[in-house]
Amino acid sequence: MTERTPKPVPGKDQAKGLDSPFRRGWAKLRRNKAALVGGCMILIYVACALLAPVLFSGNPSAPNLGKSLEPPSRAELLGTDELGRSILGRVIYGSRISLLIAVGVVAFGLIVGVPLGLISGYYRGKIDFGLQRVTDMLLSFPGFLLALALVAILGVGLENTVISIGISMVPIYIRLVRGCVLSVREEVYVEAARASGTRDAVILLRHILPNVMVPITVQTSLGMGTAILFAAGLGFLGIGVQPPTPEWGAMLGSARVYIFNAPHASTFPGMAIFLAVLSFNLLGDGLRDALDPRFKL
Amino acid sequence: MTSYIIKRLLSTIPVLIGISLLLFIMLRMLPGDPAQVLAGQMASPADIELIRTQLGLDKPIYVQYASFLTRLVRFDLGRSARTQNPVIEEVWARLPNTALLAVAAITLACLFGIPAGVISAVRPYTWIDYTFTLAALFGISMPVFWLGLMLVVLFSVTLKVLPAGGTGSWQNVILPSVTLASFVVAFIARMTRATMLEVLSQDYTTTARSKGLKERVVIIKHALKNALIPIITVVGLQFGLLLGGAVLTETVFAWPGLGRLIVDSILARDYPVIQGAILIFGLLYIMVNLTVDVIYAFVDPRIRYD
Repeated sequence: MTERTPKPVPGKDQAKGLDSPFRRGWAKLRRNKAALVGGCMILIYVACALLAPVLFSGNPSAPNLGKSLEPPSRAELLGTDELGRSILGRVIYGSRISLLIAVGVVAFGLIVGVPLGLISGYYRGKIDFGLQRVTDMLLSFPGFLLALALVAILGVGLENTVISIGISMVPIYIRLVRGCVLSVREEVYVEAARASGTRDAVILLRHILPNVMVPITVQTSLGMGTAILFAAGLGFLGIGVQPPTPEWGAMLGSARVYIFNAPHASTFPGMAIFLAVLSFNLLGDGLRDALDPRFKL
Repeated sequence: MTSYIIKRLLSTIPVLIGISLLLFIMLRMLPGDPAQVLAGQMASPADIELIRTQLGLDKPIYVQYASFLTRLVRFDLGRSARTQNPVIEEVWARLPNTALLAVAAITLACLFGIPAGVISAVRPYTWIDYTFTLAALFGISMPVFWLGLMLVVLFSVTLKVLPAGGTGSWQNVILPSVTLASFVVAFIARMTRATMLEVLSQDYTTTARSKGLKERVVIIKHALKNALIPIITVVGLQFGLLLGGAVLTETVFAWPGLGRLIVDSILARDYPVIQGAILIFGLLYIMVNLTVDVIYAFVDPRIRYD
């Protein structure tokens, strides 16, 4: 088993028998400091999202006009916004919304894009032609503009933000998965499965899908960062998640009016977006290098 | 070359049809009566009826689409529900501002991104390479609207050297174009580094060096020239990102461009203007991709378009 690994990882890992790209990838990923930093930062964000009520007692959306636009202090570590609400509390609760959107968007992209990509690449022919023209059409618009156009149709709010950004991600998954399936479907083990009368659905799920998981995993991490960035952009423009929900982009959008007298109100939500996107990009880059260095998005 | 350009122009027709379909579906998916939506909230029943007849909304769906395409070809996108001006006039009035911002941003991004990528590739795995790589990653992860606000805090609020927004002088262009460029410069630097690293390991680069040419000549004349194709590709592709970024940047700096027009129209539910502005954005994107393809042939004569 150890001999057939193309590039065996020396030491203990080799002895354990690293027989899957994910196991080999994990061994490499552990040595990539930037990716680990990204992963740890993501864990901190997840912890903030899960433990928000513990970390910040009180309602982050309840106004307190007597404390409007206070600068950072011991009592209010990150200061307050125009309605006197704690920016720290809203940033912590905001991690729930942003991660929820990111997971929702990526789940939407995966649920719709991966099966369509599998079908398009496996069956080819007319189905492939039709799906690829639709993909071309969607990709002919820059992603953020497409999300913007879809929000214009569907309307504002959390659910529509997820759907709009999710739809803009679908063509990326279709193209990615289709490209991988086109090469995997020619492999001998797929031909053998087909010759032995295995049903197409089983071939797609058992033999092809596991072999296209590497690019999907990398795209998922990078897609989470993009989803947070897009959602924050829509929130900033006032057409994403609506107030008083503590969403980072919407917080920035309402704080920008006070940029001259209260720059702190814009600084911290922006920093939260930046670090969240950075951590997913660090992890995504690390995953790509670890799982398949030839694969470039 | 001419036949290639004609072929390439013809190949954009399906994409154009796609965009028109998207815009058509967009209007049909809206809740309620499209005629009411197009006429605006304040329109009288007579106005709504007139629009319904003009747009053929009482006819079968395929006739409606054919009529929509005919009007699209004539750039007749109706009138703004807010101002009652023809949509095309509203869009054309804003286009030069967005074009100015986009060109300034792309120029800045190339001026900084290409040299940064070249330096990183020439001195790989040194502190300067790591610094540029980290800066590129920061650039990719930075929300443009936040960077814009932070630049306003620094240069307008604290140092008071540049205006925080508006138009009128060359100083107004600096902060928006730097903000927009930051979005793109990281991708250009990354691509330049990756391509240059590959080109610098090629035999012809070694040959150029062994001929005794100066390192600067080897890098600029032999390596960079051969690395240009992927760099041009990424510059072209980033134009799409730039258009998306323009929507946010124009909002931060109150820049009266197409992006700002789209946002204002979405907020006011002015659908004819949203349609028109998105159509123009789509056309711009297609034209840039076409231009990039044509530039390939000039940069690399080995490329033949048969």
